[in-house]
Amino acid sequence: MHLMDIDQIRSQFPQLKEKVYGRQLVYLDNAATSLRPVSVAEKWAEMSLRHNSNLHRAVHKTAVDATEEYESTRAAVAAFIGAAAPEEIVFTSGTTQSSNLLASCLEHGNFFAEGDEILICEAEHHSNIVPWQMVAARKGLKIKVLPIDDRGQILISELGNLLTPRAKICAVAQASNVLGIINPIPEIARICHANGTLVFVDGAQGIPHLPTDVKEMDCDFYAFSGHKMYAAPGTGILYGKRSLLEALPPYMGGGEMIESVSWEKTTYAPIPRRFEAGTQNISGVPSLRPAMEMCKLLSGREIMAESERVKSFLLGFFATHPDITLYGNPEDPAQKLSIFSIVVKGAHHEDLALILDKMGIATRSGQMCAEPLMDRFGVTGMLRASFAPYNTMQEAVYFTECLQKAIDMLK
Amino acid sequence: MSSLAETKAAVVEEFSMFDEWLDKYEYLIELGKNLEVFPVELKTDDRLIKGCQSRVWLDTQVQDGVLRFRADSDAIITKGIISLLIRVYDGRSAQEIAADNFDFVEKIGLRENLSPTRANGLNSMIETIRKEAERNV
Repeated sequence: MHLMDIDQIRSQFPQLKEKVYGRQLVYLDNAATSLRPVSVAEKWAEMSLRHNSNLHRAVHKTAVDATEEYESTRAAVAAFIGAAAPEEIVFTSGTTQSSNLLASCLEHGNFFAEGDEILICEAEHHSNIVPWQMVAARKGLKIKVLPIDDRGQILISELGNLLTPRAKICAVAQASNVLGIINPIPEIARICHANGTLVFVDGAQGIPHLPTDVKEMDCDFYAFSGHKMYAAPGTGILYGKRSLLEALPPYMGGGEMIESVSWEKTTYAPIPRRFEAGTQNISGVPSLRPAMEMCKLLSGREIMAESERVKSFLLGFFATHPDITLYGNPEDPAQKLSIFSIVVKGAHHEDLALILDKMGIATRSGQMCAEPLMDRFGVTGMLRASFAPYNTMQEAVYFTECLQKAIDMLK
Repeated sequence: MSSLAETKAAVVEEFSMFDEWLDKYEYLIELGKNLEVFPVELKTDDRLIKGCQSRVWLDTQVQDGVLRFRADSDAIITKGIISLLIRVYDGRSAQEIAADNFDFVEKIGLRENLSPTRANGLNSMIETIRKEAERNV
């Protein structure tokens, strides 16, 4: 793999050249979904146009090729996140399905008894809250909230106090989709494991930006979405330690997840196929391979250095702006991704996003699927600009200028 | 008071003067800022219009055979849009509003220039005004 500079990288993402309302698009909504590089789109198209076939079932050459693409992607994902074996990788439609799959399988595997507890971080995305609430309601479980401080960082000192013998699992993001704060997963896992509590990590925001090793984090389960890390939408994974996955019952019933089916007794396939009922995302999943290659390219030294410069510039801008409050503000900027959620005094987030849109800048406004976090900070919503490594300093400067213009318009 | 058709035509005419959407926003912001103050005690949940990203409150009263609308939002561009709706429909009979097709919204290009979620918010505002009118026919 050769090193690329930022212009070469940008040329791989054709959407960066798009215009909106006659203005150059500046895409700062990467935390919602990233743009796709040509390599991903080509793999996706190639799978659809040349190697389309259903997996595992047929003996013909095309089916073998498609299965090979799919299974080699599983192995590549396992290597990418440091899993012990490809069997520990379950393909899903995304992080949301992963958390639902896990919550549901734990429930049906009688992992929870009435009165047990689930610990959830205060800054979580709804997809790491609601599936657990649903299980809790059905099984009579108690949800406990792991609080954050005013800077947005998990109050790790509280963790020990919150853990009781009934705490069965702790659900926490690798990094917050609103605050950009990178959570201390190894420390959380150490404390939880000492209490016999499992750890599920939502890696949706972490995986595109952070070197990720599930062994190093020592989490029990890990999930991410393909579409936030340059791959096709409708792809994602649930990683689980082998012994834990093996103890879980199936998720959905259907084709491919069985060993044998009869009217008297049906037995289930081994992991991971036990969790993959029905026709899988046969075109999308192989696009994870070029997407992971792109993640590696984007973590090259030169690109990373530029990203850090952009981050420092924006942190400086927000810190010195009299009307702006930045949420997710760790003392050490290394503990934060380039996700900037702000509230501007005297300007509603929706107005700011509407005006920025007309200037060509794509941002997100609202509650960012994290209503409890909005309540925590006592706001109705925020404006979020989330950067990817292909965003430039020039774009960051343009964003700050346009933001200032929008603020002036609204005052 | 000018007729409903005349008022709608006047709004369309005003918006046709702007080439740039940013200028239209400037104008909406101005309208939003000048919207009549909405009594804080009317900001109740039953007056909230669902489907908007920002919070929008609408109060409807029947007065001397016509509908009187008052509204507010915490977002200023939305407030500007509300101000247009009030200018067009406030003080008219329920029959007249219920029979209207709200076509001026299309003519000033408001709907297609808002993202689907925000267009949805605008639709909610229009639907609420229409329902209030139908309820009072």
